[in-house]
Amino acid sequence: MEFFWYVVLMGILAVYIVLDGYDFGAGIIHLFFAKTEKDKKAITNAIGPFWDANEVWIIAAGGVLFFAFPILYASSFSGFYLPLIMILWLLIFRAIGLEMRGQIHHPMWEVVWDKAFGIASLLLALFFGIALGNIVRGVNLGMVVNGVSTQEAHFFFLPLWNPTFSPQANELGIIDWFTLFLGIVSVVALTIHGANWIIFKTNSSLNEKLKNVVFKLNIVLLILVFISLQIWHFIEPKPFHNFIETPILWVFPLITFIGIIGLFKVRTYKKDGSGFVFSTLFLVGGFASTAVSIFPNVLPSTNNVNPSLTIYNAAAHEYGLSVGMSWFFIALALVIVYFVIQYKVFSGKMDDIGYGEH
Amino acid sequence: MEEMLFYDRMQFAFTITFHYLFPQLTMGLSLIIVYFKWKYLRTKNEQYNHATHFWMRIFALNFAMGVVTGIPMEFQFGTNWAKFSELTGGIIGQTLAMEGMFSFFLESSFLGIFLFGEKLLGHKWHFVTGLLICIGSWASGYLIIATHSWMQNPVGYEILENGRFVLTNFKALFLNPWLWPSYLHNQAASMVTSSFVVSGIGAFYVLSKKNLDYGKLFLKTGVVFGLISCVIVAVPTGDLLAKNVVKYQPVTFAAMEGIFHTEKKGSEIVLIGQPDVKDKKLDNKIAVPNILSFLTYGSWHEEIKGLDQFDESVHPTNISGLYYAYHIMVGLGTIFIGLMAFAVFQLCRKKLFETKWILWSLLFMLPFPYIANTAGWYTAELGRQPWLVYNLLRTAEGGSPTVSSGNTLFTLLGFIGLYLLLGMLFLLLVGKIINKGPHTEKI
Repeated sequence: MEFFWYVVLMGILAVYIVLDGYDFGAGIIHLFFAKTEKDKKAITNAIGPFWDANEVWIIAAGGVLFFAFPILYASSFSGFYLPLIMILWLLIFRAIGLEMRGQIHHPMWEVVWDKAFGIASLLLALFFGIALGNIVRGVNLGMVVNGVSTQEAHFFFLPLWNPTFSPQANELGIIDWFTLFLGIVSVVALTIHGANWIIFKTNSSLNEKLKNVVFKLNIVLLILVFISLQIWHFIEPKPFHNFIETPILWVFPLITFIGIIGLFKVRTYKKDGSGFVFSTLFLVGGFASTAVSIFPNVLPSTNNVNPSLTIYNAAAHEYGLSVGMSWFFIALALVIVYFVIQYKVFSGKMDDIGYGEH
Repeated sequence: MEEMLFYDRMQFAFTITFHYLFPQLTMGLSLIIVYFKWKYLRTKNEQYNHATHFWMRIFALNFAMGVVTGIPMEFQFGTNWAKFSELTGGIIGQTLAMEGMFSFFLESSFLGIFLFGEKLLGHKWHFVTGLLICIGSWASGYLIIATHSWMQNPVGYEILENGRFVLTNFKALFLNPWLWPSYLHNQAASMVTSSFVVSGIGAFYVLSKKNLDYGKLFLKTGVVFGLISCVIVAVPTGDLLAKNVVKYQPVTFAAMEGIFHTEKKGSEIVLIGQPDVKDKKLDNKIAVPNILSFLTYGSWHEEIKGLDQFDESVHPTNISGLYYAYHIMVGLGTIFIGLMAFAVFQLCRKKLFETKWILWSLLFMLPFPYIANTAGWYTAELGRQPWLVYNLLRTAEGGSPTVSSGNTLFTLLGFIGLYLLLGMLFLLLVGKIINKGPHTEKI
């Protein structure tokens, strides 16, 4: 039962990364590459009808986390207090950037909201990578000092950073060189992903340029992935133990690998959607591989006194979990219907202005 | 700890008060929009379709504000109220997760289609899309009130030795006797807000002699919806809800009504008065004898327990705040009924558009349903204090154990700053839409 909800939660998060991921990527592209009004319009319209619904996936993930793993929810949300509230502010800022921009036509007004949208997207991509880094690295659960817990076994609190900036320090911070590294990986990967979405959905004059950008960034991404495989040892002495025990799990790294290789072909593929498919594979494969490598932990403990939070000791009670399944499948079926309708209504490439609503 | 709890409570109160300004309009307004679109389908009168578009834009703006200010509400359970989440997450997480899965997806998927897809869909499907959004927003309200009702009147649970609440009966969450009266009361109250907004803007157009046709249409629709919903707020929903409070939270009821001492021969109803909690009395009281007993039990001389019957440790923590919130809500509600009744009366006599004082009143009353709704929400929340889960878990036991008060203060200030900005932008844009009017409306 716990495992079922764990898969659901990871599934929702993966969908969120893929969907809102292209929004963030589009924002980053918007920030760095959109020079003309037409390019900017093309980018924001390409995500226009979707971003709102994409964002709901994180609310759904929060909801499922809350009810299925209340201890993990309580522990991580209060432990990562400041960064989470800041992510909230950024999400709000990005949303109003998108909403406000078109409301008043004045150059200064537009510049302000363009930047708000772009910078918030960039920071969100960075923060989500950092967040993933924190979960992989683990935290000092129970706030153990000199072998003694100062809090209940699963509570902790992290400041934004500590002076040593190291993931192996006694007093951990949210940002250290390891988590920052994953943040950068996330920014690069989502930029590629966003570019692919724009190439897929528009006939923008930017598209040729973006294909080159994807190609170059892809080389960067490949290098970053190799480095990350090397430095994983610092965090966990045996990073591949789950894969070695259950070889079928190699399928996830394989997906990642296919994704990244396929991305190199973006410039030559006939269909513009292929690039998006490959960056989706990369993101889903990468996220799943990371989750698998720490399983069954969901929040590893960095001290020896308190046990790590796992899907078993952080879960809600049996009855609630099983009764949840009855409504969850109905809801999921409905959600799939909505998304099919939505993507069907706005299917295909848009023209200069949008999806034919004019 | 106490300081931290204070900032936590301020933060939740502030963010939810601001958040609830938006859903209370969108829930009711979605119904009015569906009504306009339906009228258009029936009559093929373009005016109704333009009205749909006009209110759709206001709806979209409010909806966006509701979403961005709603996400922090979910986060705060974990960030600021971690202990509460840990203990009760298996239960209230259930209804909150359902809200995300059942209503947010529905609303957000179809809002995009509703806003951008009219030409692609045709009018019939456009109407259906609007209806789905309406259903989504009402479902969202239902699941939130279900969560809230469980905190007011916990059902279907068991408490483990480690203090954790576990769900034992899923159905009980939705058969909670607290749920339906609160839900219908809340939805009717949100209809009141949207009726006042629609008629207020209608009055504005008529008084300023701009968009006259639309002004008249909005006025007509607004006051009819308004009268119906104002009455439903009071009877039966408000009445049923009050009887629930008497039954399940008698001490809250005593504080709401300002009854410090039990009267053996039936309780008077207090219309006006200022509670003096220290000396346990009401100053400047205007009251009508025995009415409260009648309203509550249908009998003039039934005894209603006063605050003196309860131990002080279970008294609501903010008796005067609770008393005022309740009296402001009831007082405004009474005025609303009167005004809307007059307006409908004049409408029937075909004199509404000429009766200047009613038009001015409707325009000036526009902010007051927001105040009444907020006061109503405060009545419910202050009434439950000092408990998070009534009679079972105290608010003081629910905060995050590891977050320092400095952090909560910092984020509280951040929210205040951000929401001030949001509020200003919102007013600016709503003003723009209203000023532009429905005529020039393009989709």
